[in-house]
Amino acid sequence: MTEPVLALDNVSRSFGPIEVLHGVSFDLRPGEVHALIGENGAGKSTMMKILGGYLAPSSGTVRLDGEAVRFADLREAEAAGIIMIHQEFNLALQLTVEENLFLGRERKRGPLLDHRKMQDEARRLLARLESDIDPRARVADISVPARQMVEIARALGRNARVLIMDEPTAVLTNRETDILLKQIDRLRDQGTAILYTSHKLDEVSRIADRVTVLRDGTKVLDAPAEGLTEHRMAEAMVGRELTDMFPDKPAPGGEVVLDVRDLSVPGHVENASFTLRRGEVLGFAGLVGAGRTELMEGIVGLRPTTGSVTIMGRPLKPGSVLAAREAGLVYLTEDRKEKGLLLGKNLRENLTLLALDRFTRIRIDKAAEDEALSRAFDEFDIRAGDREMDAGNLSGGNQQKLLLAKTMLAEPDIVIIDEPTRGIDIGTKQQIYQFIRRLADGGKSVIVVSSELPEVIGLANRVCVMRRGTIAGELEGSEIGEDSILRLAMGLGANEKVTA
Amino acid sequence: MSDATATPAPPRRRGINLHVLGPLLALIVLIVLGASLNSNFLSAGNVTNVLARSAFIGIIAVGMTFVITAGGIDLSVGSMAAFVAGVMIMAMNWLIPVMGVNWGVILIGMAVALATGFFAGWLNGFLIAKINIEAFIVTLGSMGIYRSLVTWLADGGTLSLNYDLRSLYRPVYYDGPLGVAWPIVVFALVAILGELAMRHTAFGRHCAALGANEQVARYSAVKVDRARMATYALLGMLVGLATIMYVPRLGSASGSTGVLWELEAIAAVIIGGTVLKGGYGRVWGTVVGVLILSLIDNILNLASIVSPYLNGAIQGVIVILAVVLQRERKAAE
Repeated sequence: MTEPVLALDNVSRSFGPIEVLHGVSFDLRPGEVHALIGENGAGKSTMMKILGGYLAPSSGTVRLDGEAVRFADLREAEAAGIIMIHQEFNLALQLTVEENLFLGRERKRGPLLDHRKMQDEARRLLARLESDIDPRARVADISVPARQMVEIARALGRNARVLIMDEPTAVLTNRETDILLKQIDRLRDQGTAILYTSHKLDEVSRIADRVTVLRDGTKVLDAPAEGLTEHRMAEAMVGRELTDMFPDKPAPGGEVVLDVRDLSVPGHVENASFTLRRGEVLGFAGLVGAGRTELMEGIVGLRPTTGSVTIMGRPLKPGSVLAAREAGLVYLTEDRKEKGLLLGKNLRENLTLLALDRFTRIRIDKAAEDEALSRAFDEFDIRAGDREMDAGNLSGGNQQKLLLAKTMLAEPDIVIIDEPTRGIDIGTKQQIYQFIRRLADGGKSVIVVSSELPEVIGLANRVCVMRRGTIAGELEGSEIGEDSILRLAMGLGANEKVTA
Repeated sequence: MSDATATPAPPRRRGINLHVLGPLLALIVLIVLGASLNSNFLSAGNVTNVLARSAFIGIIAVGMTFVITAGGIDLSVGSMAAFVAGVMIMAMNWLIPVMGVNWGVILIGMAVALATGFFAGWLNGFLIAKINIEAFIVTLGSMGIYRSLVTWLADGGTLSLNYDLRSLYRPVYYDGPLGVAWPIVVFALVAILGELAMRHTAFGRHCAALGANEQVARYSAVKVDRARMATYALLGMLVGLATIMYVPRLGSASGSTGVLWELEAIAAVIIGGTVLKGGYGRVWGTVVGVLILSLIDNILNLASIVSPYLNGAIQGVIVILAVVLQRERKAAE
């Protein structure tokens, strides 16, 4: 067995008071494809960033060729031959393929650029990947998988010894995935060490030599891929016990409050139909990129749609968030920093932005706003050092609570919550779960979109599972389980064994 | 109130206070400086002169504050003022044979100016918000278009208001209630209403939200496109209002009317503490900014220490200083 080129030795990492990676040891060998899998929030990204030199470990050591190293930044890591390819590519869209390949290390002749040499080299690099991309094409004009190839070519051009790929196939079609996997095979044969993450377990079994599973920041499995079934991997990923994190869920009452028929969001969702009852918590599960967020944004009017949405028997005017709000339907975004809160504004202005007309009679009633803020502090247990502080200075959990308070101020009947507990600590999670349950018990209806399976299972009366832009299936009561959800999400037939 | 509010606030007040007080302090320093350099500085005549001249830029700058707060920019206002003035003068001259020389003609002229300004601003807003072209590009284009249109309407020369009508209209610039010239009164009203709208109405709040993060505004059921168009239409209408005050002063319009007004208005907004990339704006600051710019001009003309030709250079330094001050506030947080 070859010596590891890059290794972690008992590495931990904390963000503020929260430790997200607990003493993980890991090694990566030349000529090996090592898959890193785990649920969202398990610590995969943090671990990859530490390996790629973006983050320093809080404790523990990173070893390169057996020597302890500490990369000051990613340039140092790249100089050592460690290249990370992000899910969101790191390419300058307005530059050509060739210019991107040589960005920051342009070939020169005297003070001038040596265009011929760079073009030849670019062609050679792309030829190694059996790619026919024109080096002179602008990156903005080439397809997404082609951009992926450019990223890989760039890594090759920098003599990558270690290639870290963050869900490289999330944006690719099946055929494109095949091509990519073939390239990865080739790189492995050339002796590159490859770290590969994916949510698609079939891909992992196809390509990986070794599999490491992270769960809640701890390594729970490290085994040769051979003989490791997809079922076993899935089990290791989600195998956490469901404690009483979640409140009981009484059966929902009666009438349908939301009826979505044949709703399509061009490019993301096709013909989704489902209903929601009063007092029900409906879960939406699926892999990242399955179209859950896009469907919800379409329903509330944030994206152009075809199809119909009916609320309490009345058709909803499409394309208007305001109309949705007035009909009693609100959407709480998964992206609280970019879409949910104005980070540079104070708490009061954030709280009332969605329901500002309730506080306005020509003039805004600031006393009423202040009162609303006090009530929100109590009701949602928001802990702020100072009433006048900016929303951006709140902790993640308190931001989420503020966003909840803001949404509830519109007094909705139907609340769609996208990733209700992303990036927040376990105590706040539990508070939010209880809050969602209280909403349903109080006669409101809630849709919870979540990539955390235990959350969906623990909260929902019924679960819709999405896969590639369609609702792949619906599960109710005792049918709801990790196994059944994963099977639908990954497109394995109902009778097919996960282990197939 | 919950217990949590009892926790002490992080110490960060000083930076903000400096940011709030900076423009005011500068204004006070300028007034003291002016008074000590020339005894005529604080005379009623000079004060009226400074304020009345500030009024045109000031009225426009109040509108500009909303546009910039909402994350936009409008480079066309100077040209637009010239164009509106041209259209207004032509409309009034054209009406004299029909209606004679009377206030009716002037009132119609005023309505034409407001409508032309509103429409011109609305068009900028439409192209920016609905067709999704960058504000800088759209208004750079319309800046050239309006400038060229007024030159064309004047056939390369000057459009002059009928002499008799001009005599009738003149008091709108020079006289006013209780001896305060109309431009000053109108500027004060626009500033007060603007401050109220920015600070105390949903429109002002929405502008700031839009400039801070358009996505958040969209997700918060704000009618983003409509609010953005409203800022440009409002600015256009205020350009029309400024023109109404400006025309009686000279009684003419030409290709060189209102040159560089857009930059003066933008400079005043920035000096006043509004953030150029949007998200935060204050109208009273803009008023202070306008006054600072006019006072520099006035002091240089009254006192002979520094050549008045250096006026632009000094104003330029002030604008850059104002932005440096903004940045230091950010660093302090």
